[in-house]
Amino acid sequence: MTTPGTSHGTQHQSEPGSARRTDAQEVAPTATAAEADAAPPRQTYRKHSPLSRPNPLWGVLAWVVGLLFASPALWMVLTSFHSEVDAATNPPSLFAPLTLDGYQSFFGNSNAWPSLINSATASVVSTVIVLVLSIPAAYALSIRPVKKWSDVLFFLLSTRFLPIVAAVLPLYVFAVWSGALDQIGLLIALYTAMNLPIAVWMMRSFLAEVPVEMLEAAQLDGAGLIRTLRSVVAPVAMPGIAATALICFIFSWQELLLARSLTGVVAGTAPVFLTSFVTSQGLFLAQVSAAATIVSLPVLLAGFAAQDKLVQGLSLGAVK
Amino acid sequence: MSVSETTAEQRTVLQDPSPQEQRTASRKAGWVRRAPLMPALVFVIIMTQLPFATTIVISFMSWNALRPNERGFAGFGNYAQVFSDSGLRSSVFTTILLTIVVVGVSLVLGLLIALLLDRHFFGRGVVRTLMIAPFLVVPVAAALLWKHAILNPSYGLINGVLTWVWGLFGSENPPQVAWLTQFPLLSIEAALIWQWTPFMMLILLAGLQSRPAEAFEAAKMDGASAVQAFRYITLPHLRRYIELGATLGAIFIVQNFDAVFTMTSGALGTANLPYTIYQTFFVRQDYGLAAAQGVIVVIGTIIVATFALRSVSSLLKEES
Repeated sequence: MTTPGTSHGTQHQSEPGSARRTDAQEVAPTATAAEADAAPPRQTYRKHSPLSRPNPLWGVLAWVVGLLFASPALWMVLTSFHSEVDAATNPPSLFAPLTLDGYQSFFGNSNAWPSLINSATASVVSTVIVLVLSIPAAYALSIRPVKKWSDVLFFLLSTRFLPIVAAVLPLYVFAVWSGALDQIGLLIALYTAMNLPIAVWMMRSFLAEVPVEMLEAAQLDGAGLIRTLRSVVAPVAMPGIAATALICFIFSWQELLLARSLTGVVAGTAPVFLTSFVTSQGLFLAQVSAAATIVSLPVLLAGFAAQDKLVQGLSLGAVK
Repeated sequence: MSVSETTAEQRTVLQDPSPQEQRTASRKAGWVRRAPLMPALVFVIIMTQLPFATTIVISFMSWNALRPNERGFAGFGNYAQVFSDSGLRSSVFTTILLTIVVVGVSLVLGLLIALLLDRHFFGRGVVRTLMIAPFLVVPVAAALLWKHAILNPSYGLINGVLTWVWGLFGSENPPQVAWLTQFPLLSIEAALIWQWTPFMMLILLAGLQSRPAEAFEAAKMDGASAVQAFRYITLPHLRRYIELGATLGAIFIVQNFDAVFTMTSGALGTANLPYTIYQTFFVRQDYGLAAAQGVIVVIGTIIVATFALRSVSSLLKEES
């Protein structure tokens, strides 16, 4: 089990290494013969190595760092449940009584619900279209690849790297000309285009996990594209498809520049609504916190749900 | 999949002896193969390439919406203006500075935290979830949170904590800093670092966990210190992950609009390129100039993106 690489690595300083190896094997005589055969010596080392000995201090430090990083977000949630007066004290009133006033004034704003509904519409519909377009595309780029499939992949990716701000102007001119300005349909189309390249990349990496034998069997049975996708690919790739959907949802929900430039009072999304809090309006911290919490909540939930596949998705499938 | 391809092709050969028929059949097979890809590809081309082509055309026009009668051909006039305007030059500098600081600091912090989370300790999953939270707060909401709840000079969390800590020592005069006016760029950087450190941490943690255990154990057997093992084993292995995180992060932070727009509205030397383009377009309504700025940003992004594509493709090759 000791790989050639390992033994080679120990060669130039074999003295202390081999001495400790004997030690370690003597220290652990309780291991059964079978285990000793199966388990490589490094297994024994792992227990004794000073590097991986669990030092409780590191755990404590990790907790402190984690809490420190989360503290602004936790503070946001806590403040959203404080009254405006308690929210604006210095030093902060950590244990002030809790109230729903902040949420009441948020939902009391007549633009709050429409903006949330617009965001939900734009995000959900664009995500569905992205899935419908990206699954077959990823199939044609991984399972039964077209010629020059990697060129197509990199072309798609390059479109996502182009700065959106450079496209806002022609989109605005087009929207004014065609009457699509302040229409949710325009945002849906743009969010679909924005997420499609990323979704194809992610999906390609998830579809690559489908065993080749299963696809061959399906092909021998004469299954067509739709049936292969539905009965062979989908069951294996389902967690990946779900993660892709959640990440596309997150990106659409968060988007501000396009929404701010191309929508107004009718189709304004939740981030656009949040920009009404950019300038201070007296005592409004609890209300801002409540608004920020509500708007972030769907993304937080989607992100935590996709946590296991988040890295693979965000790195476009390059990192497993 | 290559196996099934060959069988399919062999079968075609057996059935179609005539070369002409064979060619038609293979061309048809090629289109069958390409069909699932086409809808997504065509959609992306229309939605992304057309606007950018239009941007290039507009960049050579003198077109100010405030003076609609003076529309015409401007040659390189807009580009000359981009490079001669000192405000624009400083926004290029701000963009570069912002990107380098945010990417650099969040990479280093992300690496340190990833090393912490790579250990086993009680509640590791909870700490990981806490760490991801900042990345999942909607960017506008995060910017509002930092602007109003954290950095506000009279009741923000940081000044509040300073008052509290000074109060513990009986001091009546705690330092109270007007963060956003005294350190505007630093404030934006802090908020962005808070959001992007989790992203870097996730990618680097995945890198750490894919590290081959053998080499690491061998190094420890050789008596390598923790620092040496990190320097000669872990860091080389992480190089690609660091590259990937840096380039993906850079692409998103170069494009950042939300934080600058929300926290300072581009005041006090914080206007980066996306914000400046937005201003040129919506406030000055100089479409020609905005388009030229956009083209410059695209060229800058292509340079960064080339590195990103290279590191994505090197990870892709390693995987296959």
